[in-house]
Amino acid sequence: MTSAALNIPELDQCVHCGLCLNHCPTYQVTRLEPESPRGRIHLVRAVAEGRIEPTERFGGHIYLCLMCRACETACPSGVQYGRIAEAAREVLGPPGSPLARAALQFAFTQVFPFPRRFRLAARLLRLYQRSGLPWLARRVLPGRLRAMEAMLPPVPARFFAPDGEVYPASGPRRARVALLTGCVMSTLYADIDAATVRVLRRNGCEVVVPRGQVCCGALNVHNGERTAARRMARINIDAFQDAGVDAVIVNAAGCGAAMKDYGHLLADDPAYAAAAQHFAALVKDAGEFLAGLGLHPPANRVEMTVTYQDPCHLAHGQKVRAQPRQLLAAIPGLHLVEMEGSDRCCGSAGIYNLLQPQMSQQLLQDKMEAVARTRAQAVVAPNPGCMLQLRAGAQRYGPALPVFHLMDLLDRSYGEGDVPRRVHARQHGKIPVGPR
Amino acid sequence: MDRSALVRELRAVVGGEHVLVEPEDVIVYEQDGSIMQVMPEIVVLPGSTAEVAGAVRAARRANVPIVPRGSGTGLAGGAVPAEGGVVIVLTRMNRILEIDLRNRLAVLEPGVINLDVTTAVAAGGYFYAPDPSSQAACSIGGNVANNSGGPHTLAYGVTTNHVLGVEVVLDDGRVVWLGGYVPDGPGYDLCGAFVGSEGTLGIVTRAVVRLMRTRETVRTLLAIFDRMDPAMQTVVDITAAGIVPAALEMMDRLTIQAVETGAPAGYPRDAEAVLLVELEGVREDTDRAVTTVRDLCTRRGAREVRVAQDDAERQRLWKGRKGAFGAMGTLAPNYYVQDGVVPRSRLPEIMRQVADIGARYNLRIANVFHAGDGNLHPNILFDMRTPGELDRVIEAGADILRACVAAGGSITGEHGIGLEKKAYIGLLFSDADLEAMARVRAAFDPDGRFNPAKMFPTPITCAEMRRVPAKIPAGLWI
Repeated sequence: MTSAALNIPELDQCVHCGLCLNHCPTYQVTRLEPESPRGRIHLVRAVAEGRIEPTERFGGHIYLCLMCRACETACPSGVQYGRIAEAAREVLGPPGSPLARAALQFAFTQVFPFPRRFRLAARLLRLYQRSGLPWLARRVLPGRLRAMEAMLPPVPARFFAPDGEVYPASGPRRARVALLTGCVMSTLYADIDAATVRVLRRNGCEVVVPRGQVCCGALNVHNGERTAARRMARINIDAFQDAGVDAVIVNAAGCGAAMKDYGHLLADDPAYAAAAQHFAALVKDAGEFLAGLGLHPPANRVEMTVTYQDPCHLAHGQKVRAQPRQLLAAIPGLHLVEMEGSDRCCGSAGIYNLLQPQMSQQLLQDKMEAVARTRAQAVVAPNPGCMLQLRAGAQRYGPALPVFHLMDLLDRSYGEGDVPRRVHARQHGKIPVGPR
Repeated sequence: MDRSALVRELRAVVGGEHVLVEPEDVIVYEQDGSIMQVMPEIVVLPGSTAEVAGAVRAARRANVPIVPRGSGTGLAGGAVPAEGGVVIVLTRMNRILEIDLRNRLAVLEPGVINLDVTTAVAAGGYFYAPDPSSQAACSIGGNVANNSGGPHTLAYGVTTNHVLGVEVVLDDGRVVWLGGYVPDGPGYDLCGAFVGSEGTLGIVTRAVVRLMRTRETVRTLLAIFDRMDPAMQTVVDITAAGIVPAALEMMDRLTIQAVETGAPAGYPRDAEAVLLVELEGVREDTDRAVTTVRDLCTRRGAREVRVAQDDAERQRLWKGRKGAFGAMGTLAPNYYVQDGVVPRSRLPEIMRQVADIGARYNLRIANVFHAGDGNLHPNILFDMRTPGELDRVIEAGADILRACVAAGGSITGEHGIGLEKKAYIGLLFSDADLEAMARVRAAFDPDGRFNPAKMFPTPITCAEMRRVPAKIPAGLWI
């Protein structure tokens, strides 16, 4: 993609009023216009007009952005900043040093599109975690890698590998839905995928898990790699389109936002543009879908005071704010205390915490202070990136509290009932879920 | 002194990372909220009064212009470095230094965001009254420079009525206080002279502002009209009835369309005009006023008068109004906002004239303004890339301002003269008036180093400014 191709219509909508400035976490921290949404849009426009070159310095501003899209919530003109930033990143290519760029390019094109390879990587990680190496790593690794290593949760023994399973609804069927198992969700958080299936079934949903689905491609798109991302979108559309479902359920906010944008990603592909639009309209966040369907109230008490972190790509990216809170309120015994700035980014932002550790840690520290002020006993954040980041924040800065996915807590409140927790009814394929 | 020596000196004053010189850094400071653009050579972000003074001294030694900038939300090009030089950005100086509720004042650094002042004191039942539509982004320093108003200006007055004193850095780097912590000090009202000086006299580094007590009751009404004329007549009626609303705002059909497309506030898309009326005071008075205003609206043929039922609805109605300028991006890639003022009894006829001017130049004009003050904001919509369109826009804008002056009004209510309206200041002031102002300016800043080429008339118009790049280093785009 050339600089001139950056001349996208989204740019025309910004009249540089500046109302985005103080909603931008990187502007709040730096107070620098080039690190603000308005400033970045101005930079992209300048590149599109050929007034400046897309240099490394330009890339520095574009990649210090978290892509949290809080500016989109603040914008009176409805400027789709995310699309502008994604286009700029496509021109720039992946971020970082030459080595980092090569590594990312490899991951985006050779690992993420291939679930088997991703699961293999996760298995190797589990082997590593169970060996004596972490002890050694904590002593010899340089600070940044050591921090990365410390962030990873224990990899479970079994993953949620999609294999065309169909889980019947418990009680009368109200809907037939498909589940995106996801890359990180189906490996590091396989138990949450399983919990999501159980919660959906409890709510009268027949759940299908189409075979052949792959990672949604969000990380690619956010980091300047769109060729493989488009391929992944086409694979997913093919995998889901014959499932005959009322909705495609996603329990990771970042993936949901990316898949709702497939229509845009494949707009120039005549063979897929229409199918992508259709597919995107089916995509629903799990909490969004259940609140819309009308939740069957869970019965078991979960005595806990929690605070809720709005994942950026749920609150800003999908405008889903009220629904997760409604579901939490339906759990008996659970008490929600709002934190200050719950829709401000925690600094996870996909792989941002690895690429921009300084800014990421600053935001995480602010976030943990806001969490601490609520005196909550746990944080709820329905997105894997936020969960990893907040878990690391709880360890590093305190308060030492657990981090839950919304589906986790709902599942607990439903308890055993008529949907067994360990063994899953299925019509074909192997039993995909490991022990909790 | 050459440029690199100046950069070295500035780096020594504020630290290396707070001096920007690369095109990919400074280009974003070429524009504010207006349509003017001139690329700065050097951008400096001081963190303290001493650093501001050091930067001013360095620029003076190097004999280059100094342009102060806050959040860059101004609408008249006031923060655009028309003659290049050093842009001093005050965004890092954003501490609230003191809140003194017993004496109802706050001491602020210039980069404090307007809305943050109210947020900081709201729990105690206080607020900072001047509320420009950009209040979620604009800074106190910029408000002082532009003597900013806002919807609630009608009841509370503009920035100058709320600033008790300012600490400023003068052209030689001296730091002085004008005014102080108590009102009505002896001697010349130099603080009053400084407020509204648009960055031409010096740089504000601290401001002491008044805090107001929140009223017992606030009621917000939305009156919906199918025609513009009766809506304007209603504005005249309300004030003639002896009611002073806290705010009295008007939005026309195009503006409603913009808001409802960008970030919906619940305005009816098919209305020709809506009035947003806010009434406040003790409950009994306010309820009476609500009834009176409702009757006046109905008598002029309002289709519906809604009263916000709760705070959430009230916030939503205001959010739409405050985002209206920013929402113009949904209608056209560019807009040129005018800031004319007329006596409010002339509102019906001036709105007819604005519509005629739009028709004559074949331009769409979206109106959103402080009707209670007679302060118009016609937003002329256009696309900079269409050849010749900008010239028509500027002509149409000039016609609107001439009409305002002819109606006994003024060319700016609150946005300032800046770069954008300096060609029209002669419509309002005689040569002798301007000479008196120039002498005030020279008393503070004899070399004309602060924000040159602003406010005072030059023989060139905005359209022509694009053609005089000789003295402008990086070219001027508007």
